[in-house]
Amino acid sequence: MGVTTFLAQADELRAPAVDYGAVAPVLIVLGAACASVLFEAFLSKSQRWIGQVVLALITLVASGTALAIYAGDAPEQGTLTLSGALAVDRPVLFLWATLLLLSFGSILLIADRSVEPGGAFVAEAGVRPGTVQDRAQAAKSGMQTEVFPLTLFALGGMMVFVAANDLLTMFIALEVLSLPLYLMCGLARRRRLLSQEAAVKYFLLGAFASAFFLYGVALLYGYAGSVKLADIAAAAAGTNRSDTLLFAGFGLLVVGLLFKASVGPFHAWTPDVYQGAPTPVTAFMAACTKVAAFGGILRVLGIAFEATEWEWRGVLWGVAIASMLIGAVLGLTQTDVKRMIAYSSVAHAGFLLVGSIALTPEGLSGTLFYLLAYGFTTLAAFGVVSLVRDADGEATHLSQWAGLAKRSPVVAGVFTFLLLALAGIPLTSGFIGKFVVFSAAVQDGMAPLVVVALVASAVAAFFYLRVIVLMYFSEPAPDGPTVSVPGAFTTVAITLGAVITLVLGLWPAFVLDWAGAGAFIS
Amino acid sequence: MTTGTFAAAEASTASGLAGYAWLLIALPALGAAVLLLGGRRTNAWGHLLGCATILAAFAYGVALFISSTALDPEERTQDLHLFDWISVNALEVDFGLQIDPLSLTFVLLITGVGSLIHIYSIGYMSHDADRRKFFAYLNLFVAAMLVLVLGNSFVMLYLGWEGVGLASYLLIAFWQHKPEAGSAAKKAFLMNRVGDLGLAIAIFIMFRELGTTRYDEVFSRVGELGSGTVLAITLLLLLGACGKSGQFPLQAWLPDAMAGPTPVSALIHAATMVTAGVYLVARSHPIYDLSEDGRLVVMAIGAVTLLIGCVVGCAYDDFKKVLAYSTVSQIGYMILAVGLGPVGYALGIMHLLTHGFFKAGLFLGAGSVMHGMNDEGNIRRMGGLRKYMPITFATWGLGYLALIGIPPFSGYFSKDAIIAAAFSAEGWRGWLFGGVALLGAALTAFYMTRLLILVFLGQPRWKDLRSEDGREYHPHESPLSMTVPMIVLAVGSVGAGAFFALGDRLAAWLEPSVGPLEEAHGALSHTVVGILTVVLSLLGAGLAFALFGRKPQPATRPERVSFPVRAARADLYGNALNEALFARPGTWLTRALVFVDNKGVDGVVNGTAALLGGTSGRLRRLQTGFVRSYALSMLGGSILLLAALMMVRFS
Amino acid sequence: MLDPYLPLVFMFALAGAFALFSVTAAPYIGPRRYNRAKLDAYECGIEPSPQPVVGGGRMPVAYYLTAMLFILFDIEMVFLYPFAVSADRLGLFGLVEIALFVATVGFAYAYVWRRGGLDWN
Repeated sequence: MGVTTFLAQADELRAPAVDYGAVAPVLIVLGAACASVLFEAFLSKSQRWIGQVVLALITLVASGTALAIYAGDAPEQGTLTLSGALAVDRPVLFLWATLLLLSFGSILLIADRSVEPGGAFVAEAGVRPGTVQDRAQAAKSGMQTEVFPLTLFALGGMMVFVAANDLLTMFIALEVLSLPLYLMCGLARRRRLLSQEAAVKYFLLGAFASAFFLYGVALLYGYAGSVKLADIAAAAAGTNRSDTLLFAGFGLLVVGLLFKASVGPFHAWTPDVYQGAPTPVTAFMAACTKVAAFGGILRVLGIAFEATEWEWRGVLWGVAIASMLIGAVLGLTQTDVKRMIAYSSVAHAGFLLVGSIALTPEGLSGTLFYLLAYGFTTLAAFGVVSLVRDADGEATHLSQWAGLAKRSPVVAGVFTFLLLALAGIPLTSGFIGKFVVFSAAVQDGMAPLVVVALVASAVAAFFYLRVIVLMYFSEPAPDGPTVSVPGAFTTVAITLGAVITLVLGLWPAFVLDWAGAGAFIS
Repeated sequence: MTTGTFAAAEASTASGLAGYAWLLIALPALGAAVLLLGGRRTNAWGHLLGCATILAAFAYGVALFISSTALDPEERTQDLHLFDWISVNALEVDFGLQIDPLSLTFVLLITGVGSLIHIYSIGYMSHDADRRKFFAYLNLFVAAMLVLVLGNSFVMLYLGWEGVGLASYLLIAFWQHKPEAGSAAKKAFLMNRVGDLGLAIAIFIMFRELGTTRYDEVFSRVGELGSGTVLAITLLLLLGACGKSGQFPLQAWLPDAMAGPTPVSALIHAATMVTAGVYLVARSHPIYDLSEDGRLVVMAIGAVTLLIGCVVGCAYDDFKKVLAYSTVSQIGYMILAVGLGPVGYALGIMHLLTHGFFKAGLFLGAGSVMHGMNDEGNIRRMGGLRKYMPITFATWGLGYLALIGIPPFSGYFSKDAIIAAAFSAEGWRGWLFGGVALLGAALTAFYMTRLLILVFLGQPRWKDLRSEDGREYHPHESPLSMTVPMIVLAVGSVGAGAFFALGDRLAAWLEPSVGPLEEAHGALSHTVVGILTVVLSLLGAGLAFALFGRKPQPATRPERVSFPVRAARADLYGNALNEALFARPGTWLTRALVFVDNKGVDGVVNGTAALLGGTSGRLRRLQTGFVRSYALSMLGGSILLLAALMMVRFS
Repeated sequence: MLDPYLPLVFMFALAGAFALFSVTAAPYIGPRRYNRAKLDAYECGIEPSPQPVVGGGRMPVAYYLTAMLFILFDIEMVFLYPFAVSADRLGLFGLVEIALFVATVGFAYAYVWRRGGLDWN
């Protein structure tokens, strides 16, 4: 032991081979995030907003272009690069494209300054609301542009997370995606204490979950002698070691992942954080974090733990049922629209888990499709939420939404459509998503679980309906909120979400083809 | 009775006129889209566009029907593939239509009655500020209903099924100012969800066992399934049918749905949507053919419902609610008919069609009466209206004769055939179901006669009364746009039954879709049943005359009544049953969960307000408490998860 | 049977025993002379400033910034050492990588510096 061994190991240190074409989308995003920090440092205050917006949008387009070019002649079965730390295969390319598209919409919502004068984010979060300093700051209407580099870093982390082929890379990516999100939650201009409370809660519980994840990694390393997913799979398939370590490690690891995906009973943070965070950030979290977390779950379950499926499947059945029921039932009693969508996302996480534990090609492609569809619907839904405002900012209490259809039929119509999509009514992407996921589960012998899922979605449909009833069939309150006329950015984001929700409901075939184009490589 | 698999007629690819069948759906959908998206700009001409699209769809439907009759019966089943809708690995669902005699029949019913009711609505809704929206929803409904009947797979059917549910929901709640409208809409939606669940699970079972949901593939391979699976599918499909068609135990939403505008009650809740359950069973007949037990349950549900509908219909004083329970009971007849199997499929569809005519006519008549009576619905506040509304009275009277089955009106042919077929079931079943159907006929005559007497005959009881808004009643005949559809429907009430039944015309036409109509040979011959039915109906009507027709009736309803009447007024406790079965467990579950969650979630909601109020010092303590309890819940979840994994591991 | 993990168990036991011992022993053998400073939230020489108002006092933000910058460069060292040891074998690739790494840390430094994080007043 000692220095000699260390030097001997250093002897083996070699530069890894890098497939730059494959990882270019990630490099572009992370590089732009660094550049974005420099923008913050060196641009004058008046130039920052426009500079950051242009940079962020160009980055997403460039990264998407790089992705498209690579996907054009990528190897069918995928490729491993960076010494096997990253796996770039068809599901990963699909997830990357999903993340980039959803981020595009989120960045548009974040950049909007027309709905909330000066943007939804503030500097000097320590200033108390209602004080002289606060009013002075609001009058200056300077938007805090740090949110852009934070978004890009989070996006970079998500992209690495879904492609990570060993658990340590996955953990680093998890932290890279989480830390910016914790900060972004606390940046709200309005209801600042609520926002900061949400940020602290998310941070504390996120740290707690990361600890679970890391402890799980440690136990799995103890079991398999490696953190690579493929090695864990090989160890689980071919040894007679005591697998107590394996399952204990699996359990802890999965808890960390389920937390990020806000699957019940690890969802406790979701309503508070969704409610407290600035709505554009909530949209980003709800859409992109869900994609990243389930991308990770799919890969970990599909590669590392495929051989032990029969041991853990029953347990995750229970988790999925708990999540669907918690989301559907507690959603019924919510009075705040953001909390309601939060509980809906818990229920949707349960549906997604149903697809994720069917380790079949249908389960994989169905879940991928569901993620894309759900992401756009929820993004547009939060976009609409940000438009309904009164003097104190967003009017999120459901009683304030009464009779909204009379004030603004278009906004109410779009929101109704999105709620129907969340409820899974046919001709929306939500129906196709549920249909493909549930039929994959049924084919894989999980019919009882699908029955529970159908019951849960029937229950959940009721609280979406309640909002529709409220908007259309109630008299508007005399001092009710107004609906802001959205600027170009928010309009584009909401339109993008709603149109994709509709198109995927009518012609899902081409996206389903992409989602089912290939399997994971390990 | 044979239970052999019926091989669906080989579908040919649609060509020629049938190649444009997508127009049937596209036209009303386009109308709905223009009216909804066009906003107030379309107020002036929106209702005309709505009517025009439905009329165009009807014209196309007629042309399609005529061109189809020119084909050989085997060639009448045509398949129109529009595009691949969902295709992922093993799962292939294409957006395709199946044009066959059954779907064409429904197309004619939906667009035909739909056109009449659209025209009627121009007059009926002329005072309503939201008339454009009303027509948009009506168009949406027609489009969805056509998807339901034209789809070539169970998934397409489900698509239309949800669509009509949505449109029905929007239309029931159309008069938002009435509080009962909102709750009725919610009730309809919820009870339909219970039914939809059954349909969805049935579809998933088919997909799991057969790998397809296309009608032709499912029907040709359904014989491979075990009898248990077939029984499960039949019962789950029946659950779906019960929800949509207001059958026991999910019948309670239909009478409440009368809170919607009357044209809606006529089109959706009498003529078309509520018969979707009958369509579903008739369409799935190759599955039902295989399961004797499944069909027995279908028959039992139909028989129970038809009795419930009749009995409750005798007690209500609300014009439309009596008609609604009458609908419930008539659909019970249809479900009973299709439950009989090959002897009944075509009969069920025939009764569905004749019922579509006369019940729509009866509802439009009711709407016309209420229109002239300041929207009054209580029949005890009417009376003697025949002098003031002669056309309404005449058309309504013809519909009445058709419904109670007096020859030669159309109800006689269709209902009589069902009762005769019911007697043909084996052994005790024949006597039981036949007897119930006969009893139902007598009861139907009783409550319909009561309605006729209280509304149109007798003393005008409204003379000294004021309506709720303080106006006097000035009954008057309705405008032409309302009376013409009523007259057309009355013609249908008179002649449709004979047209369909004589020479088994309809049965022969439907044969490629639902198989040949088998001759029913039962305990009682057809002639005997026919005579019995008419005699019993006349007895029922006579009893009603004796009770209500000879002395003046009070304008308020008597409170001191016997138990049967009280039970009937309480919907035979159908609501209480639903409450106990569905609503209350749900409430308890929610409450229990809320109680558990109170410490955390609700506390935060309340805490939030306090936090904004600035009492931060106290809240800081609460706040840390919350994170701790969240962390505790996570820890608890993790321990459970680990414990479960270990249990699996060491078991 | 001597398991290779046995020393680890001893380590854990020793650490636990020490912690338990210190916590229990302190109140008995330590002197008990309380004053205001002893009861402060952070007994480490930094006065919470400004003095507690309604919602309690705050630490100056600059304190955290400086601390975080220190940690940033501290961690950087951990990566630079292994690079230095294997710089030859990693060649140009390694050089570029480590230059990028230092630059990334530099970006954060530039941000803090330009936005006034290093201004003490």
